Amino acid sequence: MQQGYLLASAGLPVVHLRFSAQPLRSFSMTQTLTQRLANPTRFMELSASVLPWVAGAAALVIGYGLYLSFFVAPPDYLQGETARIMFIHVPCAWLSMAVYAIIAMSSFGLLVFRHPLADVSAKAAVPLGAAFTFLALVTGSLWGRPTWGTYWVWDARLTSVLILFFLYLGLMALRSSIEDEALASKLTAILALVGIVMLPIIKFSVNFGNTLHQPASVIRAGGPTIDTALLVPLLVMAVGFTLMFVAMHLKAMRNEIMRRRVKALQLAEVERAQASQLAAAE
Amino acid sequence: MSAFLALLSRDLRLAVRQGGALGTALGFYMLVVTLLPLGLGADLNLLSRIAPGVLWIALLLAALLSLGRVFSSDYEDGTLDVLATGRLPMELVVGAKALAHWISTGIPLALMAPVLGLLLNLELSAYPLLFGTMLAGTPAISFIGAVGAALTLRAYRGGLLIALLVLPLYVPTLIFGMAAINGLLGASGTMSAFLILIALSLASVVLCPLAAAAALRLQMQ
Repeated sequence: MQQGYLLASAGLPVVHLRFSAQPLRSFSMTQTLTQRLANPTRFMELSASVLPWVAGAAALVIGYGLYLSFFVAPPDYLQGETARIMFIHVPCAWLSMAVYAIIAMSSFGLLVFRHPLADVSAKAAVPLGAAFTFLALVTGSLWGRPTWGTYWVWDARLTSVLILFFLYLGLMALRSSIEDEALASKLTAILALVGIVMLPIIKFSVNFGNTLHQPASVIRAGGPTIDTALLVPLLVMAVGFTLMFVAMHLKAMRNEIMRRRVKALQLAEVERAQASQLAAAE
Repeated sequence: MSAFLALLSRDLRLAVRQGGALGTALGFYMLVVTLLPLGLGADLNLLSRIAPGVLWIALLLAALLSLGRVFSSDYEDGTLDVLATGRLPMELVVGAKALAHWISTGIPLALMAPVLGLLLNLELSAYPLLFGTMLAGTPAISFIGAVGAALTLRAYRGGLLIALLVLPLYVPTLIFGMAAINGLLGASGTMSAFLILIALSLASVVLCPLAAAAALRLQMQ
């Protein structure tokens, strides 16, 4: 058990020392969930039991949501059938921002608390966030053609989402171009935090012009302006997409932890081989 | 303070005497502006309409070119290690270097812009505005760029990576720079965008050294 744990936290020596000083099972009741999850082995156990349920729930909710969107929801009185793009577009757009918030929180957790899973979480979330942002852009563009008469306009909402997409690409590019993995994750975390400071400014600055995109119509003061017949499928799809993101995020985090374990095992093997070579030479 | 000034004057002297950086940036700036009419067609009315935007974007790209050198040459010859162990906090080291970059690159590029405006048939009344907004916006370019330069210090292909990381962060500066020119040129002559541009510059002067210094410290260990 101890051996497995050592391998799990390879690459994060500070944390590894702090946690290996105490026995594995001696967590007190005062520890919060995030503290308990700081142990990758515990995270692997917990996520293995949670993941199938989340993935199943996501499939069920998205299936129900798709049924609602295609067969139950009436066509919009103005836009007709094309309004159904909304049921994909809005959940993707919502996740594109929510995932960035998760990345920023994880980055903060890495830089300030040195939480060992924070980096795994941030690294796993970036490609997912980029994918949802890309889907939001593509579906929005396809929706814009029949309703606005153009695939793209340089208006506030579209431009700021496009910039968000570039921020995601920057996070991936920076991480992949630094060889030292621990250093790469910390520098990427700094960039993510700089990005979260810039996002409201970018959003505000592009709002300086006029916008063609409709204003917020679900979460706004005075209640939603969207009809219940369309709102219910939309909310079901939003919940389904969020569950799907959680499932994919957990899976990606598990993959990342396993990748690190494999790397640690390979390193240990190389070291053992070198040691035996040295011993043979003597 | 004296250490800060010493570092600033050292960087400025290096920028002048080492050569290369400033000349390259200015030459690049001229070439980009020269190429654009060749690509867009030599319609003088069109050029005078888009001239402020062209000059701003070319300035961003030219400033980007020289950003890679802000820390990397000092990192390679070990100067940055000496600075990191010195009395001056890393935040101020970053501040001095970014300020030196602004003085040695940002101001010359802003000075060059009206001259290039001649090539683009920019109307004469816009020259002071163009120069003023660039002078107000270029500190943000240097200081935000310093964060990118610090983050990519040990990266492969640092130069290209800086562009990818930093250009999205330049969006507010570009938008408010253009809005400031249009606001001041317009009939009403509003100052609001210009004031926001100055606020952006001041905020980045304060905040960016924190992020850049954190990035540098991680890499100096």
